[in-house]
Amino acid sequence: MTVVKREQMPLQSSGDIVMARQRVRQWATELRFSLVDQTKLVTAASELARNVLDHGQGGEMTIEVVNGLAKTGLKLVFEDKGPGIPDIEMALKDGFTTGPGMGLGLGGSKRLVNDFAIESEVGKGTRITVVRWK
Amino acid sequence: MERIPILRMGPFLLITIQVDMHDKLAMQLQDDVTARISEWGSSGVLIDISSLEIVDSFIGRMLANIAAMSRVLGAETVVVGMQPAVAITLVELGMSLPGVRTALNVESGMELLNASLDGSQLGITHDSREA
Repeated sequence: MTVVKREQMPLQSSGDIVMARQRVRQWATELRFSLVDQTKLVTAASELARNVLDHGQGGEMTIEVVNGLAKTGLKLVFEDKGPGIPDIEMALKDGFTTGPGMGLGLGGSKRLVNDFAIESEVGKGTRITVVRWK
Repeated sequence: MERIPILRMGPFLLITIQVDMHDKLAMQLQDDVTARISEWGSSGVLIDISSLEIVDSFIGRMLANIAAMSRVLGAETVVVGMQPAVAITLVELGMSLPGVRTALNVESGMELLNASLDGSQLGITHDSREA
């Protein structure tokens, strides 16, 4: 995967979640994703950005336009220095939550993208990387 | 503070969400709707989300909460105008808005509310919604 373009933005307030959604929408539109694909990616971004805020005490999002084998995609990385996820398998289950939400964020976002990876270390933080290919 | 306007139309409340809501605005709307129902004795709430480009689990939960709170206060809620791409995404996310009545557009939403108003005047109780 080669990175064509990248941008980083903070996730420290609920206003930042709105900004993150708008920026992902803008980039997805530029890449001419279909409306449904745009909506899926923006929704996943909203869920993951909220996780950074609710569970990771804030962090940042990186957006990248990436070129894979004969295809282009939008890659989003959500990073926080929060408490980390002790049991990733459990965290991915629908309905599991330690916060105020419904527990759909992680498992739900995974279904909305093509690639999904979680790296997390207890006490250090969490990094979630997602890609939606065109 | 920024607020989503709530219009009063006879016995109903009409809400059109036209902005990309941040979380506090969504929470504020929940408070405002319940306050208006109790103040005006409204029997129905119509929420038009045709301008919303996404509904994530937070906004979905807010819609479900408004429907549940309104029901406890004696008002029906109908959510109308969801964009097809939003519907596809919401279901894939794992949220099919159980307990929230929906209609394609404002017109059919109003019909639903009017029908439930007629029903309640006849003393028919509405327990037909699936939980």
